[in-house]
Amino acid sequence: MLLSMNWISDFVDLEGLDKLELIHRFSLSTAEVENDIYMKGSDISGIVVAEIKSVEPHPESKKLHLLKVDAGDGSLTDVVCGAPNVRVGMKTAFAKVGAKIGEITIAPRKLAGYTSNGMCCGESEIGISDDNSGIMEITDDIPCGTDIKTVYDLDDIIFEVDNKSLTNRPDLWGHYGIAREFAALAGREFKPLDTADLTVYDALPKVDMKIEDTLCRRYSSIKVENISRTVSPVNIRIRLYYCGMRAINFLADLTNYLMLEMGQPMHAFDARKVEQIRIRRFDKPFTFRTLDGVDRNVDENTLMICSGDTPVAIAGIMGGLDSEIVDDTTTLTLESANFDAASIRKSTVRLSHRTDASIRYEKSLDPEMTVPAIARFLYLLQKNDPGAKVVSSLTDEYAAPFPPVTLSFDQAFVDRYTGIRIDRDTIVKTLTGLGFGVTTQDDRFTVDVPSWRITKDVTMNADIIEEITRIYGYDNFEINTARSPLYPVRPTEEKTDEEKMKDLLVKRFSLHEVHSYVWQYADEQKAIGIPVKENIRLLNASNPNIETIRCSMIPTQLCQVKTNVGFASEFGIFEAGRVVKGLDENNLCIERKMLAVTLYSKTSSIKELYFRLRDIVSGLSADIKHLEPEFRAAQPTECYEHPVNYNKIFLGGIEIGYMGIVHPTVSKAIDKKAGIVFAEIDINKFASAQTAPIQYEEPSKYPSIEYDLSMDIPAGVLFGNLRECWKDAEGKLLRRVGVVDTYDTEEIHRITVRLEFGSNERTLSSAEVQEVVDTIISGLAEKGVSIKTA
Amino acid sequence: MDEKVLSLKERIDKELEEISSLSELDNMRVSYLGKKGSITALLKGMKDLAADQKKAFGADVNKLKEFASQRIEEKTEELRRRQVEAEIASMPVFDVSAPAENCTGSYHPITLVQRQCEAIFRSMGFTVEDYSEVVTDYECFEAVNIPKDHPARDMQDTYYLENGQLLKSQTTAAQNAILRKYGPALKENGVPIKAVFPGRCFRNEATDACHENTFFQMEGVMVDKNISISNLIYFMETMLSEVFQKEIKVRLRPGFFPFVEPGFELDISCLFCGGEGCPSCKHSGWLELCPCGMIHPNVLREGGIDPDEYTGFAFGLGLTRLAMMKYGIKDIRDLNSGNLRSLSQFTDDN
Repeated sequence: MLLSMNWISDFVDLEGLDKLELIHRFSLSTAEVENDIYMKGSDISGIVVAEIKSVEPHPESKKLHLLKVDAGDGSLTDVVCGAPNVRVGMKTAFAKVGAKIGEITIAPRKLAGYTSNGMCCGESEIGISDDNSGIMEITDDIPCGTDIKTVYDLDDIIFEVDNKSLTNRPDLWGHYGIAREFAALAGREFKPLDTADLTVYDALPKVDMKIEDTLCRRYSSIKVENISRTVSPVNIRIRLYYCGMRAINFLADLTNYLMLEMGQPMHAFDARKVEQIRIRRFDKPFTFRTLDGVDRNVDENTLMICSGDTPVAIAGIMGGLDSEIVDDTTTLTLESANFDAASIRKSTVRLSHRTDASIRYEKSLDPEMTVPAIARFLYLLQKNDPGAKVVSSLTDEYAAPFPPVTLSFDQAFVDRYTGIRIDRDTIVKTLTGLGFGVTTQDDRFTVDVPSWRITKDVTMNADIIEEITRIYGYDNFEINTARSPLYPVRPTEEKTDEEKMKDLLVKRFSLHEVHSYVWQYADEQKAIGIPVKENIRLLNASNPNIETIRCSMIPTQLCQVKTNVGFASEFGIFEAGRVVKGLDENNLCIERKMLAVTLYSKTSSIKELYFRLRDIVSGLSADIKHLEPEFRAAQPTECYEHPVNYNKIFLGGIEIGYMGIVHPTVSKAIDKKAGIVFAEIDINKFASAQTAPIQYEEPSKYPSIEYDLSMDIPAGVLFGNLRECWKDAEGKLLRRVGVVDTYDTEEIHRITVRLEFGSNERTLSSAEVQEVVDTIISGLAEKGVSIKTA
Repeated sequence: MDEKVLSLKERIDKELEEISSLSELDNMRVSYLGKKGSITALLKGMKDLAADQKKAFGADVNKLKEFASQRIEEKTEELRRRQVEAEIASMPVFDVSAPAENCTGSYHPITLVQRQCEAIFRSMGFTVEDYSEVVTDYECFEAVNIPKDHPARDMQDTYYLENGQLLKSQTTAAQNAILRKYGPALKENGVPIKAVFPGRCFRNEATDACHENTFFQMEGVMVDKNISISNLIYFMETMLSEVFQKEIKVRLRPGFFPFVEPGFELDISCLFCGGEGCPSCKHSGWLELCPCGMIHPNVLREGGIDPDEYTGFAFGLGLTRLAMMKYGIKDIRDLNSGNLRSLSQFTDDN
């Protein structure tokens, strides 16, 4: 919203104060001011009022005229002018030689053979409107030679407040409310509005009007006739233009002026078109043509203003074309009303049509404002069109006033909330300056909240704190740390495990962490042959490609692998992210935090790659949980999973995830020459596995005996299955089993383990060791393993 | 000197000359000084000599024995030295400048920034909480003073799911749960609530270099008996100075957020010019950084905490924005791209 410093100064005397500094304080205490501040009129000087005394056609140009103008110098000035609207006796804005307009300094200048000693200006040239159809026509009675800046408010400081920062301040949607803030910030008096006395019309008949719907809080109206003025005074037009609106006609301008001044939207109906005002909704949707000429579909939830049964305006949003003020309107029925804010907001959404009025109404305007707005309107109307005659009494139906709000708190409350001391007098002065009624008794304050703040914004004591502190200034706060007792802080197991996982994956396994979106990438997945898997969907996805939430991170990660083909011949990526695995019995999403790891290689064999991944899973388990994971062969369920070497991963007996090789079809779609393997681990399940405690074992003082067994393992038998053969001996004489070597050919799968025997009490005899070894060997033999001892 | 001794001595010298390996030398030692060696044999033969000869011969043989031991010892040293020298000479010169392979992985930049922030807050006694991404309407809105029909719901384009849940549009969605989790300890034992909760948030908006529908925030709350606006400014200034590793000034302006009252927009002194004014801060000297405020009484109440007894502050830091500022990332979409050409550059930075 654009604001005029001149307009604000109508209501508070800011003489002698640094206006830019005040605007800055306003930004820190009230609402955000945009960076650009416009010093209107500062680049214009030397423009005077002049009268055209003669007009001669230019002998060689059809467009140009040769004028003699009276610029108040005692003699006439020759001017060449190209404007079409020149005529004798017309007064205009004249830039004398030496005048400045922007970068240009006016000097005598030859135009088609004739010297022009100055320039007649259009309104757009001096920046007071966008009218560039001709030169400005001044109808006010002003002597020639008068500097127009002394009669018209060209000089102004215009600043813009971010509308979003006014969301919660319905009172700040007009200059009057803004001026109240400036008065409070500057510590100056806030002046009342000049208004017409409406009681003098009490004897006149009422406007026929009735609220028939609870969505209308208040409706105030008055009827005026004999309006003769059609064009607004220049100063009104300048203010409207500076504040971003275009002048239309006097009556329309005046309603806009009132809205920009008081924040109260008003509507002027042509009284010929509106009688029996009824405010209500309709049973069925219908089409309604608004004054911008657009046919709009209005539904049964939208509040309408009607003349009898005929809708004439969409309440709070826009008037209808048929009842609009036109140039020959002389009688008007004025609406100053208040509607339910939420209903206006929803209607604008349904109609996809926001207007200056609806933006204000949806903020919960103060319904107390409707009548003073009419009084102010009449004051301005009669001042500028003295013949205008009020022909009805003020007609006001106040269906739903807001209940008054009175708050009570003590000094200790303010002290506690602020953490500093703001004394009683400052509190009283601040609140009074903002229009609050304040009484004090000892340390207790009783505060009556003014009507313009109770509609949504100040309803409880914490709101008062904001009022006191923002005017006090946050820059003036003494800054203190909190005095709270200290307690140890314990991180959760999931969080700790997740961080450890990331560190290990990055630092030990040289993987790269990536992030991705929580939905399935329909297009990208399709490109590598992975269809979207049925899962819960977004209701309002902006495009169908991101509609379905993912239930595994692997498809996402495979898409990302494809992105990175060519990055390196070998790389691995991982992500700790979320998936949704369907809905639970309460229809709520089952959200899981997963760790997904994918390895890609063009140089390693698929077996090497697979075991690298296996070692990553084992490494995470061993490092974080001191546990060895168990792998159980399983049948894959997804199309991108290779049916061979798919394993479920268990940790401490808990199923925590799975690992496998990417199915050749998908793998080839990503990269014909590379192998890709994946694993996904449920982080919460991983964290839930009990970490094995460190059990320190004193190194034995007695020599240990080592025994190497080379085992040729037959096809179909897994090394993991052989462990039971030495499980009984472990923890007794057998202290450790370590793999020394693996040897694989097409026919042979050989693993050499070293058995380490020892005791803390004595030196073992080779006989008792041999006995254990023999037991192990015979166990192995039963599983078809042949032994080569060393 | 005895002739046998002499000739043996000459032979030893000659043989030593020819020996070039330690194993040959060992064989030689055995052939002279071993149990069956030549010198040992001489000593054994002494018993056949006359008594007057015995003494002189014995002395000669002992000298020879000493001589042989010493020479073999010297030769051993020499051979060992030569062996080491040969080993050294055989060592090729490596190209140490050859590119290192696969020596480190990388963290996502969000992880780095998030960890930095978490560490700062932990050091100030805050717990770090995790929270889900799919939440209920109650968690995201109702519980934090955004009732149905509240205009603030229009301000956010929330992703809704088929079952009525939604993707959280703000980390504030975790606030109620955290107040409820730590409220009992506050009320029963006076343990202040000090928590940060980083998390991923979602807004249904079109993406471009500056806008993402998926981004990270970190929310923080502190609740105790006398938490004040003054404390809020202190914590924000201290924490942000740590985050940016330089003295930061903060500035509060009134801001409207339903879950706080009073609510603020927090600006920091410009990181680039220090407040003098530059293009980055549009010559204002300040950068708008994050919303914060005193927790709204309705939010405390809904979290089971009596707002007449306790007060608290809350803030919401944009982790994604921090990461972009810190590392000069210009296109926000790079963060979720999975593209290692950009992401692999972020090695450990804590």
